[in-house]
Amino acid sequence: MIALLIRDLRLAIRAGGGFGLGLGFFLILTVLVPLGVGPDTGTLALIAPGILWVGALLACLLSLDRLFALDHEDGSLDLLATSPIPLEGVVAIKALAHWLTTGLPLALAAPVLGILLNLPGPAFAPLVLSLLLGTPALSVIGAFGAALTVGLKRGGLLMSLLVLPLYVPTLVFGAQAVSRAAQGLDGSTALLLTAGITAGSAALLPFAAAFALRINLR
Amino acid sequence: MDMRVTDLACARGGLPLIEGLSFAVASGEALVLRGPNGSGKTTLLRTLAGLQPALKGEITCPPEAMAYAAHADGLKSTLTVAENLTFWAAIHGQAGIGAALTAMNLTDLAGRQAQHLSAGQKRRLGLARLLVTGRWLWVLDEPTVSLDADSVALFAGVVRRHLAAGGAALLATHIDLGLPEARVLDLTPYRAALPPDLGFDEAFL
Amino acid sequence: MASLWEYANPVKFMRLSGWLMPVSAWLAAGLIVTGLVWGFFFTEADYRQGATVKIIFLHVPSALMAINAWAMMLIASLIWLVRRHHVSALAAKAAGPIGATMTLIALITGAIWGQPMWGTWWEWDPRLTSFLILFLFYLGYIALWSAIEDADTAADLTAILCLVGSVFAALSRYAALFWNQGLHQGASLSVAPGTRMDWAYKAPLYLCMAGFALLFLALVLAGTRTEIRARRARALMTRERARA
Repeated sequence: MIALLIRDLRLAIRAGGGFGLGLGFFLILTVLVPLGVGPDTGTLALIAPGILWVGALLACLLSLDRLFALDHEDGSLDLLATSPIPLEGVVAIKALAHWLTTGLPLALAAPVLGILLNLPGPAFAPLVLSLLLGTPALSVIGAFGAALTVGLKRGGLLMSLLVLPLYVPTLVFGAQAVSRAAQGLDGSTALLLTAGITAGSAALLPFAAAFALRINLR
Repeated sequence: MDMRVTDLACARGGLPLIEGLSFAVASGEALVLRGPNGSGKTTLLRTLAGLQPALKGEITCPPEAMAYAAHADGLKSTLTVAENLTFWAAIHGQAGIGAALTAMNLTDLAGRQAQHLSAGQKRRLGLARLLVTGRWLWVLDEPTVSLDADSVALFAGVVRRHLAAGGAALLATHIDLGLPEARVLDLTPYRAALPPDLGFDEAFL
Repeated sequence: MASLWEYANPVKFMRLSGWLMPVSAWLAAGLIVTGLVWGFFFTEADYRQGATVKIIFLHVPSALMAINAWAMMLIASLIWLVRRHHVSALAAKAAGPIGATMTLIALITGAIWGQPMWGTWWEWDPRLTSFLILFLFYLGYIALWSAIEDADTAADLTAILCLVGSVFAALSRYAALFWNQGLHQGASLSVAPGTRMDWAYKAPLYLCMAGFALLFLALVLAGTRTEIRARRARALMTRERARA
């Protein structure tokens, strides 16, 4: 299992798309929003939590369609399915690798972008914390979506259509945790709910995703 | 140890291809599957490997005892030969890839990225993967595609050593593998006859 | 005693639905026409909301069926996953677009109702938002059905999407409540004592709800019959090709 994690991380680094692309997209999005909305710092501070969360969500989505598609194309998925590792484990590990290369860097980079958007001071810690707690759910839910569409030629767009509605609860609770803190309120309930979604998704969705993969392989 | 298949039927895309197939492979034996294109060789091998369910029939050998190799080698182009092989060894809980590299004559290429290999070299790497699975029965789909005569002979030697060590092999191929001792099973007689009421979707007729 | 599962056989299902569909369609038409005429022309306008309130006779039944259609899809998907009855999977497939249309009707009638009441066509109120999200779930479900060629693969994958989607749709509902308390009026019909609606309104509303339920049944049966015929046509064509 560790070997699979190391391989996926290595591939992400070698291909150059892993860390860089998602982060770059996140940066561009947070630069574009003020350009579209206007430079008023009050407005930006108000919408910053939402923008940062939506940006993180879209950046996560960006690299998801390749999660199983590449392994499907080169035959690795067949070989992994016949290997001693259960397919559920393969899904969980690949989601973890996706999170390490996408969600984790996003969470760490978010405070810098928070400065750009004039995020109020007390919201910085909840921002990082909510992204750290919430982005794993995005990766696991995305892995489920990628598993559903792995055999399809133009699966990327369809996958977005399937995955984005599933992202709604995570987005709402995650962004609420930040914006409540930004307004000086207590955001810990939202933070706990975000963590709850991550825990539930990580526990159950690998089974659903492995089921979908088995169907797509047969 | 042996593998026994009894009265197997399998289908592709809802269409039954093979039915009533029974055969056995014992330790030290190689069985070559032959049949024209579309006779269901690939479908049969995928069914045996547990990638798709059989319509009916019994397979005594669990998929965990088989090493499956298909047309695609499952190589990552940005990883080196050694890294690719080490990965599959680790997945199967085996240590050491040196023997596999030597056997498939890949030692000199160990540090090269898979994307810079020729088609035949890639194939050799894909076949070297079999040696690091530590599994008893090799289930191979057209293993010698894009191999030159020398490499085919090299591969035949590897298979022979696997058999001598108590392993077994099931190969689907059109080409002569240089394994004269292998039994040959022609799949043509087992082609599924379409029953008048059809074996699939019959509930809809 | 014949088991219910006998109707999972397409031939039996076709025979049953052959008469059940027109019956429920005509009953639905009768109930909806009666309910709407009664509701629109023979009830008094609300003293606060005026005649606008009468859109309730479309809004509430369609909203009800929007949710029930998803529930039916969920049950049909479970039956497919557990018992592998093709009719069940095809019924779930047929329910998708119908549920999506019901959701859309509920959203549009809601907007028409909301405009004079709240002074805005759209309000990010938790109920409206939940319905919009439900609509997105329907879209994804329909898109996945249409994207996959192999019928059994599509049935399996959409069934698992429906299961997972149900959990997340429920979560989204709570997320929307958490997110905004909203200005939507409370539930129109309540089981609790001290109901807020007069029988003069309730009677035609119940008629419309029963009518919509029957309409949904008729549409699902029609859709399932179409799907079964499509599968039959495909099976026949495959047989011709295989014999050639």
